[in-house]
Amino acid sequence: MAEAENTFRIPIGPIHPALKEPIRLSFQVEGERIVGVEIRTGFAHRGIEYMGMRRNLIQVLYLAERICGICSISHPIALTQAVEQAAGIEVPPRAQYIRVIISELERIHSHLLWAGVAAHELGFDTLLHLTWKVREKVLDILEELTGNRINYAIPIYGGVRRDIAPDQHPKVQDTIRYYRGLLDELLDTFLRDPSVEARTRGVGVLEPEEADALCAVGPTARASGLAKDVRQDRPYLAYGELGVKAITPRDWGLEPRGDVYDKIVVRLLEVGQSLDLIERALLEMPDGEITSFPKIPALLAHLKKAHGEGLGWHEAPRGEVIHYVRLEAGVEEPVVWKVKAPTYSNLMSWEPMFEGQEIADIPIIAASIDPCICCMDRVHMVRDGSEATMHKEELLRLSREKTRRITDHGSRITGLGGVR
Amino acid sequence: MSGVHLVWQAAAVMVGSGVVGLVYKGLDRKLAARMQARVGPPLRQPFLDLGKLLMKETVVPRDAVGWLFSAMPFLAAVASFTALLYLPWGPFPPILRGYGDAVLVLYLLAVPALAMALGGFASGSPLATVGGQREIVMLMSYEFPLAVALVGVVWRLRALEVGPAFSLATISANPLWTAVGPLGVFGLAILLGCLLVVTPAELSKIPFDIPEAETEIAGGLMVEYSGTYLALFYLADAVKTVAMAALVVTLFIPYGIAAPLGVKGVGGQVLDVAFFLVKVFVVMFAAVTTVRVAMARFKVDQVVRGFWLQITAAAVAGLVLLVLDKAVMG
Repeated sequence: MAEAENTFRIPIGPIHPALKEPIRLSFQVEGERIVGVEIRTGFAHRGIEYMGMRRNLIQVLYLAERICGICSISHPIALTQAVEQAAGIEVPPRAQYIRVIISELERIHSHLLWAGVAAHELGFDTLLHLTWKVREKVLDILEELTGNRINYAIPIYGGVRRDIAPDQHPKVQDTIRYYRGLLDELLDTFLRDPSVEARTRGVGVLEPEEADALCAVGPTARASGLAKDVRQDRPYLAYGELGVKAITPRDWGLEPRGDVYDKIVVRLLEVGQSLDLIERALLEMPDGEITSFPKIPALLAHLKKAHGEGLGWHEAPRGEVIHYVRLEAGVEEPVVWKVKAPTYSNLMSWEPMFEGQEIADIPIIAASIDPCICCMDRVHMVRDGSEATMHKEELLRLSREKTRRITDHGSRITGLGGVR
Repeated sequence: MSGVHLVWQAAAVMVGSGVVGLVYKGLDRKLAARMQARVGPPLRQPFLDLGKLLMKETVVPRDAVGWLFSAMPFLAAVASFTALLYLPWGPFPPILRGYGDAVLVLYLLAVPALAMALGGFASGSPLATVGGQREIVMLMSYEFPLAVALVGVVWRLRALEVGPAFSLATISANPLWTAVGPLGVFGLAILLGCLLVVTPAELSKIPFDIPEAETEIAGGLMVEYSGTYLALFYLADAVKTVAMAALVVTLFIPYGIAAPLGVKGVGGQVLDVAFFLVKVFVVMFAAVTTVRVAMARFKVDQVVRGFWLQITAAAVAGLVLLVLDKAVMG
């Protein structure tokens, strides 16, 4: 019998229990074995960049925070750095440390959230409930420090909006102690459980060469053994002083295999790394101002005069996030705002990971890159009311046209969206 | 036995075990929730679920093979309930004794799984098709150790010459543990262990909920079922849980409590039935509830390998020990 007769198509998504956000994976399967996958994105596209280019920079900051609920400080950190670079704003050292502390707390909560989701995808709901129960503690401390469990509204151009008061230090240290005590237990339950190991070892393997060629970022790349971490490679904020080393499975005494198990290893070890970073940042945090622009009108006035472009980056829990902005003097809104989320870089690594695996592995492999679809969906292709696909040549032609348009007129871009 | 008497008894067993099945389902959910640090649903939640499902619209997909799709829920429910009529209930022998034996119960317990697989295939959904394939593969892998465990008990019983060995009434009336030697006790313990491993697989519970695997194939077999049909499968599952646990109890722990306590008459019978229900609950709690909170879902190939190699090997070892025991004891 011909192979094509044996295969059939299984659609996963856009709405499916294995997916936390809408994306469509269409699998070509032969019995239980996956022989091909087609990925379609764009279901969570909200036109945030477009909205941002019609609002003043302070409003954009709040919009950036709402790109994603889980990376709700990663996007503002990248954006503020981009704008600060464009407008030539200095950030006081204390503010840099506060940004680091909040973003590392976010990493802990994001990784614990992921660990719970991963357990659920494996059908291990007990582990999901226990992980999410202990995750509450970090959300509590985030609420204590920022006023919110998510969407912390901490970074602002030139600094941060809230200081960490001396009487809050013991509470943070309490949280660190709580997680230190818990981490060994977590590592034990996840990494030494035979049923978890049976489901994750050798599943969804991403070879280091593939990870490198496909530009994977964050824990997805590190699990394959690439020591790649923006905090280490291009230090920013206080990370240079604190000294961050990319975590790979080697830190757990294992040779990296790039499978789902290794991704659990990396993420759980990063929780420990974040604890160390928070503890040191709290100790070494210098006194001083928390922002160079205490008054918002002064900040807005400065930003309106600013002219130039800036690139900001941050190691979000899922990998490298980049924001690009271009400001023009006399214009309140950013002329260009481009967001590149970590999932955008990691999406391509799904294909080699799915190849040859079983249907049963789909949820955990999909979850293993910790996809954040709402971060990533920056475009949705529609042509004549239905889905459309665009190929490289066409994209290249359009981008050249757009470059010409920008360089010819030198002012704001009006025709956004690319396809009409 | 008169026909009216039979109908009356059968109705009592069916309604009673339906209620018991749903109560135990509630207990299972509540206890699992507590072990997962959750509050969990109220005990009567399965009744509420069932009531709600019965009120809901029943949708038959356009691509489905209509009659097959609609018939399978009924088949599953009928088979589950019928299995109960062949099982002894504590002090009471099986209602349909003489019309079928332990082997028939095995077949009846396999029917709901087959019905679900057929219903899944008939629904025309690719997810249900995958679920159906998985169910059939699972069925083929766990039936063998299950049969070995049953045959082991029956064979040893036959050697004791106490009556028709395949009759569950005989099995229930003659506890083997005290009748065999030390080797036999060891062998029986192994077979009991195998049967406890097979139980969650037979009931499609974690780690063997592969045919339904919510996160993978969105409910698999059940994905297209709704309303009354889903309610029937739900009820069949509750009843089958009781039937399977009752089979384990009958084969391996058929002891009463009334005689040792010296309670006679109606009081003794009530006490024995209550004790029987407790034993059924203990088996369910040990083989289903605790297992499903403590494990991740396996993949179908891992399950097949495990059942065909390790569990079958263990079951055969148990059987061999029973044979050796017979040789030693004479």
